[in-house]
Amino acid sequence: MTSPQTLFDKIWQSHVVDVQDDGTAILYIDRHLLHEVLSPQAFEGLRLAGRQLRRRDATLAVADHNVPTTDRRQGIEDPESRLQVETLSINCKEFDVPIFDMLDPRQGIVHVIGPEQGFTLPGTTVVCCDSHTATHGAFGALAFGIGTSEGEHVLATQTLRTSKPKNMRVLVDNPLPLGCTGKDLILTIIGHIGTAGGTGHIVEYVGRAFRDLSMEGRMTVSNMTIEAGARAGLIAPDDKTFDYLKGRPMAPQGAQWDAAVAYWRTLKSDDGAAYDREVWIDAADIAPQVTWGTSPEDVVPITGVVPDPQDAPTEAKRAAMRRSLDYMGLTPGTRMTDVSIDNVFIGSCTNSRMEDLRAAADILRGRRVAAHVDAMVSPGSSIIKQQAEAEGLDHVFIAAGFQWRESGCSMCLGMNPDRVPPGKRCASTSNRNFEGRQGRDARTHLVSPAMAAAAAVRGRLTDVRQLAR
Amino acid sequence: MEKFTTLSGIAAPMDMMNVDTDQIIPKLHLRTIKRTGLGKVVFDELRFNADGSEKPDFVLNREPYRRASILVAGDNFGCGSSREHAPWALLDFGIRCIIATSFADIFYNNCFKNGILPVTVGKDDWRLLLNDAANPKSPGLTVDLEALKITRPNGDPITFEIDGFRRDCLLNGLDDIGLTLQKADKIDAFETVQREQQPWLYAPAPRNKERRCDEPANPVR
Repeated sequence: MTSPQTLFDKIWQSHVVDVQDDGTAILYIDRHLLHEVLSPQAFEGLRLAGRQLRRRDATLAVADHNVPTTDRRQGIEDPESRLQVETLSINCKEFDVPIFDMLDPRQGIVHVIGPEQGFTLPGTTVVCCDSHTATHGAFGALAFGIGTSEGEHVLATQTLRTSKPKNMRVLVDNPLPLGCTGKDLILTIIGHIGTAGGTGHIVEYVGRAFRDLSMEGRMTVSNMTIEAGARAGLIAPDDKTFDYLKGRPMAPQGAQWDAAVAYWRTLKSDDGAAYDREVWIDAADIAPQVTWGTSPEDVVPITGVVPDPQDAPTEAKRAAMRRSLDYMGLTPGTRMTDVSIDNVFIGSCTNSRMEDLRAAADILRGRRVAAHVDAMVSPGSSIIKQQAEAEGLDHVFIAAGFQWRESGCSMCLGMNPDRVPPGKRCASTSNRNFEGRQGRDARTHLVSPAMAAAAAVRGRLTDVRQLAR
Repeated sequence: MEKFTTLSGIAAPMDMMNVDTDQIIPKLHLRTIKRTGLGKVVFDELRFNADGSEKPDFVLNREPYRRASILVAGDNFGCGSSREHAPWALLDFGIRCIIATSFADIFYNNCFKNGILPVTVGKDDWRLLLNDAANPKSPGLTVDLEALKITRPNGDPITFEIDGFRRDCLLNGLDDIGLTLQKADKIDAFETVQREQQPWLYAPAPRNKERRCDEPANPVR
């Protein structure tokens, strides 16, 4: 009799190629995603050592981090960025890696296109030189970010050398209240366990709140797992997962589809499986969330106020809070809804899918962006952009005063020209409010897409429930 | 990769928690396609004003810390993005060892791939080492990976632990891809079994073709 196993234990065990004397495993990798920014040095390493790509059918590259979101037929103006995007194409040609280049109609953010193409599948191991690879955990895949040297290791060997992380379970009972989304759920969890709370662990999300979410909402949750320090956040696959994947270009077809689903249905934690750490949250207590500081753990309900460093438990934390507030230009005790904003960004691998765009458009329909606010939306993929246009959402955004852009990582990290100007304050659907993340001295407040749209209309952080229809 | 055996050098104190990789190396410097040359911009926005002038208060702008090879950093150092540019930039500046109470997982792994030793110590030991580093007249610290020991300026030892495989790789400057390729027969055997059980994971990938701008997108339901 084997002892009860978690979902993570099962996926891990089914991918161990070899175990070293010291317990380190050689773990097989089923799916490897690449983008232009963190891959050039990996290909260079292969080239210098005279090594080959092991499996082209398990590898997929896309240009997303450093591409313009304005008219791409004009090319890329910045010479370094252009060289980087061109280098990806050159490397993919040399090593025969499937690639969606900047002008490919399937181009998009790497963590959006993986699921969209059916490249991401339940029960697989998925890696990418990008910390938000955690996104794919929404499909019951063990998906985590790696460094460029590890990426080179995967290109050459289709494996990684790694020791097994611990198991952590996050249980959220009850349905989410009205006005709350996957974003509010994951921000609440990060606020609860802290930005290092999941370090060394793989999280499994269980409970009604996650079951109720669409695949889009689940991807938002899994995506931000890394902001709680855990490299991966899994949700067991169910009929929603299979419905999402069925018919996708790279998903199994015909008899193989049936065999795959039969296997995928076994992918869940056994009753009585042991976790090294467990966290429980009641969804009924969750309200729409907004960050106030420079770490994703710096989060409060929109009905709350900017916290006071005096109330922090340790001197290190007090110092960190003072630094954050100074950077953010906020005073303790200020109501969050009194904070005025200058920019709104809807996009990123966290919140840029159809459901996100529809939720924002629902708030914006028939309304205008406040006069002093600069607002833009960058759909998660070129396919999503096309679908949104087919639904007329582009007209809703443009009529409200948003800029309707091409797909890419855009203002989430501001590698391309999309940046928040110094000192300006942005309500953003992205994942990181770090100092300088959206631009030097830019101030970021992380929110859901509907909250971002509400902030755009009012010109200040706003409780979306006041504008909901 | 350069070997790491014993390192004696100046340790810079950096008493900040949650230093993220965006702070270690801001995104504009990720446009490079090389591993080298990032030392001059490590901690860019903490270290320099927008006009390029130095911020005199930042530790690496002060003597003797401009020559630091060890960083004594706060909790959860290296959180955020997986960018390996963070360890590349630290290494290019001259940092070979980082001592902290905790590290973010991906950054921690990335250090070992680049000949940097990340050392995790307990809170009390960390406080002692931070105080040692904060004394600019201190002769610095000695870190001995073979003996798993840090020697303080007063001669007191502080021991630490590290995963055996990683220690071997650092001590010998080993290329772990080469080591893994020695197991190619096991990888082949794994694939044979998996292909039988889950053939859908081995479907042919799309061929690259010269892109056509008018090519229709794949259907989405």
